[in-house]
Amino acid sequence: MNDNKIIYLDHAATTPVNPQVLEAMLPYFSDKFGNASSIYSIGRESKKAIEESREKVAKAIGALPREVFFTGSGTEADNWAIKGVAYANRDKGRHIITTAIEHHAVLHACQYLESDGFEVTYLPVDENGLVSPQQVQDAIRPDTILITIMFANNEIGTIQPIGEIGKIAREKGIIFHTDAVQAVGNIPINVVDLNVDLLSLSGHKFYGPKGVGALYIRKGVKITSFMHGGAQERGRRASTENIAGIVGVGKAIELATQNIEENNKKLLELRDRTIEEISKKIPFVKLNGDRYKRLPGNVNFSFEFIEGESLLLMLDMKGIAASSGSACTSGSLDPSHVLLAIGLPHEIAHGSLRITFGTENTHEDIDYLMDVLPMIVDRLREMSPLYEKVKRGN
Amino acid sequence: MYSEKVMDHFMNPRNVGEIENADGVGEVGNAKCGDIMKMYLKIENDVIVDAKFKTFGCGAAVATSSMATELVVGKTVEEALGITNKAVAEALDGLPPVKMHCSNLAEEAIRAAIDDYKRKNGLLPEGGDCNACGRRCDDIHHGIDDDED
Repeated sequence: MNDNKIIYLDHAATTPVNPQVLEAMLPYFSDKFGNASSIYSIGRESKKAIEESREKVAKAIGALPREVFFTGSGTEADNWAIKGVAYANRDKGRHIITTAIEHHAVLHACQYLESDGFEVTYLPVDENGLVSPQQVQDAIRPDTILITIMFANNEIGTIQPIGEIGKIAREKGIIFHTDAVQAVGNIPINVVDLNVDLLSLSGHKFYGPKGVGALYIRKGVKITSFMHGGAQERGRRASTENIAGIVGVGKAIELATQNIEENNKKLLELRDRTIEEISKKIPFVKLNGDRYKRLPGNVNFSFEFIEGESLLLMLDMKGIAASSGSACTSGSLDPSHVLLAIGLPHEIAHGSLRITFGTENTHEDIDYLMDVLPMIVDRLREMSPLYEKVKRGN
Repeated sequence: MYSEKVMDHFMNPRNVGEIENADGVGEVGNAKCGDIMKMYLKIENDVIVDAKFKTFGCGAAVATSSMATELVVGKTVEEALGITNKAVAEALDGLPPVKMHCSNLAEEAIRAAIDDYKRKNGLLPEGGDCNACGRRCDDIHHGIDDDED
């Protein structure tokens, strides 16, 4: 292998901007720099670009253009959905239902609301990271105003039964939000069919730019404005628009959803081969997340007796970029809350490795990964006092 | 985020392994917190003549273990007890703030191994003065705010 080549296996963290997306964005930094609120021609041009992008996003998720609001990120979309619905509907009730494995953008927004008098039920998940529609049904109270459950998990890739949960929420008249940041571009989504009221997405997860996301708000859902200021985004999210970013997210979602089946077929092949080979070639491993109800590019394993950061550093030295749920990479005391929620003991959670494939990955990348990963795991195990005990049989 | 020296000691750790019939063995940390350090010392005439380690942990934990074994060899038992976590970190050209607890672990491992040696040689009252037992996790000071990306 070329020493300088980086094999990027962390597409759940972020993706490179597709060259076609970049090309579409570039004019809006220079020639077409007009403020979309201005009435002269280069202003109108910007306005038109925003509305075309809004149509593309709407089409990709089965929404109406007027139901799509651009934001600065997926985190912003989550915060707006959760706090906006909570505050706009507090006269109806103060109870929110979510799960224990949400992204921090959802969990910390919910915790913030708890500090302001709301009550939140954090549904536990099974050993594969799944929440059941029955659990949701059972958690509903007369004062429940919002159900927020992620479409697919960022760490273990588990895909939730969003359609069934949406049906329950709609029957009960409760607003249903889904954080679909990991799902959009990877799973075909139709918000009408799924009975979703709000959906968050983020451009940089599907080969668009960072710093731009969107929130789908179904017509008629009561929600407070996120930013107060000008009339942008119909007054609900004031701020001069990030036009290049908005153009980028539109182009990116168009490309990602156009090629979704072809891309998925390829990703599934890479994923399944990697899962099979790691299971076969390396002892003392455990696949985290559901074997089948998982994102097409997601692989997550725990390697017993070793620690995730060490594993990542050694992979990095070999030119492989991946991710882990160990405490050492999260900057907190505990390993990933997702891995703990699916019942992994701390010491096993510390030894997790997440590999997320993208469209530019190849079977050669897996050949190389499978050349170096078993060696690295061996090396770290030889260094580990935990493995020494296993070898001695106690 | 790591210095070159840390990366060197992580990628090429010195003194990995075990010492058969070691004069002192100390194990500190716990798997729940994500790091365990086990240190083996060979001591002759009160001087540490060999040191080896095994570590389960992050890059900094491996590097501090490696550096700690280098620092103790050639020192008397009393001199070795004087090695602080700060000295280990400095010898590695520093550690990121969230990783300083790893150097605590190295200091504790040295002490635990020396305690074991003293106990075996009747230099320490039975069951007394275990410097490094059972107080992990608490001394990890870093919080969520320190290192988010």
